[in-house]
Amino acid sequence: MTKPIKHQNCSTGCHGSCCLKVQDLTVVRGDDTILDHVNFHMHCGELIALIGPNGAGKSSLFKSILGQMSGASGSISFHTATGEHLKPRIGYVPQSPSFDPGDPVSVLDLFVTAISRWPVFLPTPAKLRAKVLECLKRVNAEKLIDKRVGALSGGEVQRVLLAMALEPLPNILILDEPMSGVDEVGERQLLDLLDEIRTNYDLSILLSTHDFGTLKRVDKVILLKKQVLVQGPPLLVLSSPEFRAQFPEHGKGGAQG
Amino acid sequence: MNFWYSLVDLLPFEWAQSGSMLFMKNALLAILVISPLFGLMSTMVVQSRMSFFSDALGHSAFAGLAIGALCGLAAPTGCAVVLSVVFALLFSLVRRRSNLASDTVIGVFSSTAVALGIFLSTLGGRSFTKFNSLLVGDILSVSPSRIALLALILLAVVLLWVFALNQLTLSAIHPALADSRGVSLFAVEALFNCAVAVVVTLTMTWIGLLVINSMLILPGAMARNLAKNMRQYTLFSLLGAVIAGIAGLMVSYYIGASTGASITLILAIFFAITFAFRKKRL
Repeated sequence: MTKPIKHQNCSTGCHGSCCLKVQDLTVVRGDDTILDHVNFHMHCGELIALIGPNGAGKSSLFKSILGQMSGASGSISFHTATGEHLKPRIGYVPQSPSFDPGDPVSVLDLFVTAISRWPVFLPTPAKLRAKVLECLKRVNAEKLIDKRVGALSGGEVQRVLLAMALEPLPNILILDEPMSGVDEVGERQLLDLLDEIRTNYDLSILLSTHDFGTLKRVDKVILLKKQVLVQGPPLLVLSSPEFRAQFPEHGKGGAQG
Repeated sequence: MNFWYSLVDLLPFEWAQSGSMLFMKNALLAILVISPLFGLMSTMVVQSRMSFFSDALGHSAFAGLAIGALCGLAAPTGCAVVLSVVFALLFSLVRRRSNLASDTVIGVFSSTAVALGIFLSTLGGRSFTKFNSLLVGDILSVSPSRIALLALILLAVVLLWVFALNQLTLSAIHPALADSRGVSLFAVEALFNCAVAVVVTLTMTWIGLLVINSMLILPGAMARNLAKNMRQYTLFSLLGAVIAGIAGLMVSYYIGASTGASITLILAIFFAITFAFRKKRL
């Protein structure tokens, strides 16, 4: 299921769309090889799921793309639809975000601290509040603006963090285990939302997940265990011998949810 | 100062009469500077879970004063400030480099500092009693020049709040998120730790080492019972600290007890009341 991509009239680059190329990415920490010659491409509008057993290097891969990994070799490059090479802007939604239930911090405060220089202890100017509302609107969460972050449900936290990752609008959106702590309904809503976002804003989205039920809805699955064991359309990966070897309990004929 | 004295003269208290009890008027002004300082710092000490850390800083400041006194320095306070800032930076570094839990690292530093302070101040069989005033604190001995210094510190903290509170808050509530948005966690933590170190050291002599930490925790803890957002949090903490500060000074004047302890007890009462009346916040 390929989504329409808006940059199609372009002649250069990866099939005429913007592209993140990860080439021979290797991360060594002491004697341990954490990532071993990882290669993949990511085009805009694409939704890619990264799966793999615990300790497979998923978080290290994310950190490398974010440029926060020391000891990484290989190359990560990005070019836009017009073939222009630049440093991609990356929106990141960190894993299992747990807010202290007692924190006196509202969603508005969280945004003010992250996206503006306006001191959060002073009354928020109307203009800034309007901007935060606009950000929240992208994820249909305007009504959460005055709620305390500690009182949000798992799905609501994901929405709010997603809205933050989308400001300023990134080229690539990375979500670390966005389905953990979210119920089935929330999961479906989140996937609908991601679909909406990638078509509206031409983003590439990379998410890691342990929930194989969601894989039916992505464009591409990458099975990682230090190296890329197999990558391709979900059905292909789910029926591959590599997938069955890593996840025998999910083996026979694809995802079970 | 004269302007302040003539202002206080307008108050209907016996100690406020013109030309008398200057120490009380100094103390009141000092409280008006110190309490907002603690009210502000408190919000972040509690938010960043540093309650135990600020306690340890008081201990290191004590060690610094002991070293200063031993070296016969004219101003042991300067020595204490330097030492507690070094302590704060070392602490930030050790916490970053080791995988010990932060309460363990604090415990290591805290006990070392206290031991060093006691060791140095009793070296050669000297008596510890001259340090007793430090433990309890005496706001009435504050001098106008010290108040001016504290006012400068208050200004610096307000500036820190204007320029760095956003990063501080974000790193406190969600370090991974702060990191991904380009906030330098180490720099923010080190800066704030140094600020706490300076404030604790400079106010210790007047509030008292034994209760100073409660001044850094109670206003924030109390405000958290009520606040729904950062603006309310800061406001409640500030108000609580200032009201308790003034009330504490009055109580200690009319009943005759340590000012630091009186302020702390009033803050504790505030905490109990706000705890009882806290609503289910959304």
